Amino acid sequence: MKSAVVVFPGLNRERDMIAALTKIGGTPPALVWHKDAELPEVDLIVIPGGFSYGDYLRCGAIAARSPMMDVIRERAEKGVRVLGVCNGFQILTEAGLLPGALMRNASLKFVCREVKLEVANANTPFSHRYAQGQVIRCPVAHHDGNYFADAETLAEIEGNGQVVFRYTPETNPNGSLNHIAGITNRQGNVLGLMPHPENLIEPAHGGEDGKGIFAGLLN
Amino acid sequence: MKARVIVTLKNGVLDPQGQAIEGSLEGLGFSGVQSVRQGKVFDVELSAPDSVSAKAELERMCEKLLANTVIENFAVEIID
Repeated sequence: MKSAVVVFPGLNRERDMIAALTKIGGTPPALVWHKDAELPEVDLIVIPGGFSYGDYLRCGAIAARSPMMDVIRERAEKGVRVLGVCNGFQILTEAGLLPGALMRNASLKFVCREVKLEVANANTPFSHRYAQGQVIRCPVAHHDGNYFADAETLAEIEGNGQVVFRYTPETNPNGSLNHIAGITNRQGNVLGLMPHPENLIEPAHGGEDGKGIFAGLLN
Repeated sequence: MKARVIVTLKNGVLDPQGQAIEGSLEGLGFSGVQSVRQGKVFDVELSAPDSVSAKAELERMCEKLLANTVIENFAVEIID
């Protein structure tokens, strides 16, 4: 399983992502700068977290319009798996690869804490290492993670099983509709996730609850 | 040609920033405020043969970048 981590200016979580992919997958991912001419042929493309283009205009808006995203879109259409974490999730929604939008947290505050996630759909390439309904711990760190979609879209993604991870109601850190923390596209090969599973993969992190996402994709 | 683009949140989209501003205005004693919605203004200078084509071009800019049409509406105004 080959993976690549795509980096836009202003992202800052790529090292954690590379460490997680290397540790769990056994081989380091290719690191691709957004201006690189080519994205290598890989099975998994990861867009990590951070603040691409300083969150100017809207979080992820500028990165989503870059030529690299056209390449990622083409690969996603061919079935290549794409994982966007935090700002990566925002970029994927802005690019139209995932439905809905991530808005300012209802509290207006940046939240950096641990939440609990319920596995709402364990039948995806990203979540099959977990049990349906299992509750896992996961850190979050964001200012704009408040998932919004119109009623019709929301009903559609719920009906299709596209909601993969949900905050438990008491730990919803941002006011997301239906407590949504992570969704896939209709085909199920693109996942956007607001929390940071790459930061809970070894005992030194205080737990390994996030490991299953990477283990399920890489092994 | 100069134009102004106004981007606003669609009705029904939660605007916690607008709500915070509303609360602050109330705190300052502006008791008549019933609602505040925060938006964005873009002043754009562009070259275009006429205002009709400028407006069409700006609307394409809104759809492609300036607004996220999932959550926002936009209005284009040609100033001169």
